[in-house]
Amino acid sequence: MEETVAEFLRRTILKIPMYEMMTILKAWDFFPEEQLQTVNFQQRKEQLALDLVLLCEKKSASLNDVALLDIIYTQARRNHKVWDVFQMSEEPDDDVNLFDMEQFKSSFKETLQRALRNVTVSFRNAEENAIWIRVAWGTQCSKPNQYKPTYVVYYPQTPYAFASLSTLKSTVPLLGQALKMASNHHQIMKMDLRSRHLDSLKAIVFKQYNQVFENHNSTKPLQERNLGQNRNVDPRLIHENTVEKERIQRITEETFGDYPQPQLEFAQYKLETKFKSDINRSILAEREEPLRCLVKFSSPHLLEALKSLAPAGIADAPLSPLLTCIPSKRKNYFKIRDK
Amino acid sequence: MSVLMPMDKLPGLNKATILLVGTEDALLQQLADAMLQEDCASELQVHLAKSLPLPSNGSRPRIDLIVFVINLHSKYSFQNVEECLCHVDSRFFLGKLCFLASGAGRESHCSVHQSMVVKLAHTYRSPLLFCDLEVESFRASMAQRLVRMLQICAGHVPGVSALNLLSLLRSSESPSLEEL
Repeated sequence: MEETVAEFLRRTILKIPMYEMMTILKAWDFFPEEQLQTVNFQQRKEQLALDLVLLCEKKSASLNDVALLDIIYTQARRNHKVWDVFQMSEEPDDDVNLFDMEQFKSSFKETLQRALRNVTVSFRNAEENAIWIRVAWGTQCSKPNQYKPTYVVYYPQTPYAFASLSTLKSTVPLLGQALKMASNHHQIMKMDLRSRHLDSLKAIVFKQYNQVFENHNSTKPLQERNLGQNRNVDPRLIHENTVEKERIQRITEETFGDYPQPQLEFAQYKLETKFKSDINRSILAEREEPLRCLVKFSSPHLLEALKSLAPAGIADAPLSPLLTCIPSKRKNYFKIRDK
Repeated sequence: MSVLMPMDKLPGLNKATILLVGTEDALLQQLADAMLQEDCASELQVHLAKSLPLPSNGSRPRIDLIVFVINLHSKYSFQNVEECLCHVDSRFFLGKLCFLASGAGRESHCSVHQSMVVKLAHTYRSPLLFCDLEVESFRASMAQRLVRMLQICAGHVPGVSALNLLSLLRSSESPSLEEL
């Protein structure tokens, strides 16, 4: 085993937390079960890593094997990366091509290798027909950097791919090109949607977020549900605005639905609009050029936070459509200009 | 335009009713719970409302004290209170109304400046109380204070009227406020 590959393996193993070590090694399936039992998992991680590297050397682990381990580790930690969404389109008169997995993989690899001699491309099939692709980038004369890879999750037979782009920005066009060619699409473009939560992105893009769970009591009328919550109410306490509260609950439910919202961390609005003011004469209002400003809403769970604004009394219902259209328009980056 | 009247109904025997008005239901609910836990000789009733005017309800008792709750972290709650004030009869401003500003403790979260609420209270010649309703101990002591005020406003404390209380509270304000 080459020294660089051994080092790459050692560093990858060190990234894995001890409580996940067994699960990930089993998923990797490089060692048979019996051999794994002989490894001492009680020792310190640094020593364990060295032991595992030695075992891999005996079995002549290749770069591709280690890349596969890296993919498995990333799959377990998918929410630690920031994912962008790409949408591809076909020519309108193209025939529907049957998807061939092997052909896709070889075409993808070939496109990249033709442009940059040094790339490491690895594939792993995942649940729901998804393909995870890992690309480590090099140049014409230098070896691929295994520590800054790009990950792509592609769903065949859909025009969508999710990518965690590495810091090497120059690789993005080439990546797009490879995806386009390998999947027989004509165009590829980045959607205005980004998040750490890959599953939420998937739910938004494939419009799967509005599925109600089976055991949810959506058939009970709103009033009954609300009264049911106020079990131990003091009779000396009277709510005056119950009608208003019900209206807000109803509107919130109509806008956001009954189901848990997909998880996004932010929404960004780039404004290029002229200043509007009630005061007739103000310096800003007389300005001909539009004002540029950026408004960013951040939250650990943005959509749930927006959903709770009106019931909490922090905002009036209905909320601005700019906020509520995020899942339906499948974007969290907006550019707003004067009409 | 329906206006809340202080004397349009006969008082109930030994009853004292307070109306808490504010946009954030959670804060109002907590304050109401704290008040109802107080030992009080009078029969308390706490009404919670998001805004005025109140929906018409013939069985509502006479309101003895209105407390407008403003969350300094929310401009929306301040604007809401400003709009509600026109639905209150002027006789409430003779000691049967006060403002309560919450959230002053977390300065960085405040989007309503303290001077704005001070000015509002001064404009309406009514007391302004500050209390971080999110802190349980502060909330409990404010609840105690409000119960005492309510008892006075309902006329249950012999020798002290709402107007007396108002002038007592006002005389303890610093003179610089009169210059606003």
